[in-house]
Amino acid sequence: MNIQCPLPATNKDSIRLGHGSGGEMTQQLLNDFIQPLFKNTWIDQAHDSATLPWHSDRLVFTTDSFVITPLFFPGGDIGKLAVYGTVNDLAMGGAEPKFLSCSLILEEGLPLSTLKRVLESMAAAAEETGTKLVTGDTKVVERGKGDGIYINTSGVGTLLSDHPLDPSYIRPGDRILLSGDIGRHGIAVMASREGLEFESALSSDCAPLNNAVKALLQGGVEIHCLRDLTRGGLTTALVELAETSGRAFELYEEQIPVCESVQGACEMLGLDPLYVANEGRFVAVIPEEYADQAIAILGEDPVGASCAIIGQVSDNPSCQVTLKNSLGCDRLLQRLPGEQLPRIC
Amino acid sequence: MKFVNEYRQSESIQKIAAEIRKVTTQPWTIMEVCGGQTHAIVKNRLDQLLPQEIELVHGPGCPVCVTPLETVDRAITIAALPEVIFCSFGDMLRVPGSECSLLDVKADGGDIRIVYSPLQAVKIAEDNPAKQIVFFAVGFETTATANAMAATQAKNKSLQNFSLLVSQFLVTPAIASICSAGDSRVQGFLAAGHVCSITGYENYLPLAEKYRVPIVVTGFEPLDILEGLLMCLRQLEQGSYRVENQYLRAVERVGNRQAQTLLDSVFKVSAQQWRGLGEIPASGLGLRKDFLEFDAVPKFKLPEIKTQEQHHCISGAIMLGHKKPADCPHFGTDCRPDRPLGAPMVSSEGACSAYHRYSQQVKAREYSVSTPSDK
Repeated sequence: MNIQCPLPATNKDSIRLGHGSGGEMTQQLLNDFIQPLFKNTWIDQAHDSATLPWHSDRLVFTTDSFVITPLFFPGGDIGKLAVYGTVNDLAMGGAEPKFLSCSLILEEGLPLSTLKRVLESMAAAAEETGTKLVTGDTKVVERGKGDGIYINTSGVGTLLSDHPLDPSYIRPGDRILLSGDIGRHGIAVMASREGLEFESALSSDCAPLNNAVKALLQGGVEIHCLRDLTRGGLTTALVELAETSGRAFELYEEQIPVCESVQGACEMLGLDPLYVANEGRFVAVIPEEYADQAIAILGEDPVGASCAIIGQVSDNPSCQVTLKNSLGCDRLLQRLPGEQLPRIC
Repeated sequence: MKFVNEYRQSESIQKIAAEIRKVTTQPWTIMEVCGGQTHAIVKNRLDQLLPQEIELVHGPGCPVCVTPLETVDRAITIAALPEVIFCSFGDMLRVPGSECSLLDVKADGGDIRIVYSPLQAVKIAEDNPAKQIVFFAVGFETTATANAMAATQAKNKSLQNFSLLVSQFLVTPAIASICSAGDSRVQGFLAAGHVCSITGYENYLPLAEKYRVPIVVTGFEPLDILEGLLMCLRQLEQGSYRVENQYLRAVERVGNRQAQTLLDSVFKVSAQQWRGLGEIPASGLGLRKDFLEFDAVPKFKLPEIKTQEQHHCISGAIMLGHKKPADCPHFGTDCRPDRPLGAPMVSSEGACSAYHRYSQQVKAREYSVSTPSDK
């Protein structure tokens, strides 16, 4: 009997969708192309934002671009995302966000009413987060060369904590705090984009995280590191943190909050909620003695209502993330090679 | 979630696992036929609950893995045509063809759309009358039923711009082929519950009798799989070989007659190439004469496809149960999910991919066979 198999897929010399997935291909792009060329102290830290030697090391700077179809989805829109995303990246560095820039790339033919709706949403989000949109730029591309609107926002803020929150502070024994249930954003957007109807309507978790972080810091909780969960979901964020910090994480599957609607949709589509995108969730790595206090403070904030301690940092030198399931069995969590694709059956 | 959570509860699962350890007195090799079961086993690390004596091997029940290279190349050729909107389930997009994958064609400008049901492709055909819509109709009896429904709808709507690239497989002939191989190590089978929900399990009766192997129709949740294993092991330990049904909540002996009628009206049994395994007689489904107008192959008059086989991938041996993914010298080194040598490393249902994702960290099994506390 023939037991042969085919040649490998060739790695073509061009950008693929998977390069934007936040998974293994994104990491390869960063490692092979971007970081070697831009090499410096701050980019090498591979964090959501950079704390800069300016005004006594208290200036934090970040940038992000926003591309999403559809532009409006249950629970949010591209304008909200563009403000919250950059605000959240600053918050994850332990900073209070202050000023944002807004760069618009608009596609010919975009209705002005749509643009107005997006800009109004951005203005409301800036107000909500206590930030000001102070500078910007607008470019227009030909019809068919964009998805309506692409937005880039950059932001600066000042450090709230005594030191930048950074993976290098993570220690064995630290607890991993997750701010809320996972997967809502990815499933809500997918359902909206693909016209999928589930039994219960789902809204994105899209939300600003700066107030919750400020409350934790001002409440006296010592935070070693923060990371918001975006593309690639909880797993990708934790794998990145494990690799950057040189520490291993142990998670407890039963402690990870996933709402029933997300769980059901994932079952149906063959997706793993641990890899589904979020836009209003974060993990905090904190010393064990602050765990109860952090839960109490975060639980009071609207974005932290279902927060939970989901695992801990181990002294294992492997830099791996493992998940213990309810049966007591261990599973290794890794980045996805590219986009998470729905299964055939 | 109803019908899910109750099959993932630790207490019930541990109880069945303990029972498995109790009844197992000697080594047994059992194949889970379906890729979905392989996925569930390694994702939940059920192997860690089993005694050392039990070896689970992984069958050819992943449609993404067994779709022939020639068909993948054909899909790639059709998808690259400017007049075509090519519709496919997501995980087919990453499967390596001879030179590239459907994802590569998409990146190069091909209009390739991920759909969740073949009926979505029919809707796309209605909405795009100036384009040719081709659906990649891949799968076993379960997905073939939905494909039959799509073809029937397209016929009822008299759609001229819809066709199927068919690559459909039947499970029973594959099991027969594995059993009849002289060097088969498989002593019992967990049959795929969702396939049997369509076909029923009467067609397994002569197989169990002829090859003297127990076959247990099994579901996909952890408790299902361990119950299926326990039923199979009890038979093996007693020296019996019957067909049993663990998946009572979804499977009836005769299956779903309505679905069978639909399948039979659109498709007929045909010889089928299985990637990595070669041709198995009467193991596929092709379009009947009345539906040949929906066959994408003649419709696009494609040039002859010349495939290039990779000789150092052992996927065939893995799908026949001769070897395990970790036995392959290329596993995790030259062959990884981001650079697959063969299809079982591509699909999340594929044995190699599932092992790579979930079980690189080998942990010693926690229980020995027939511990005193079990007795």
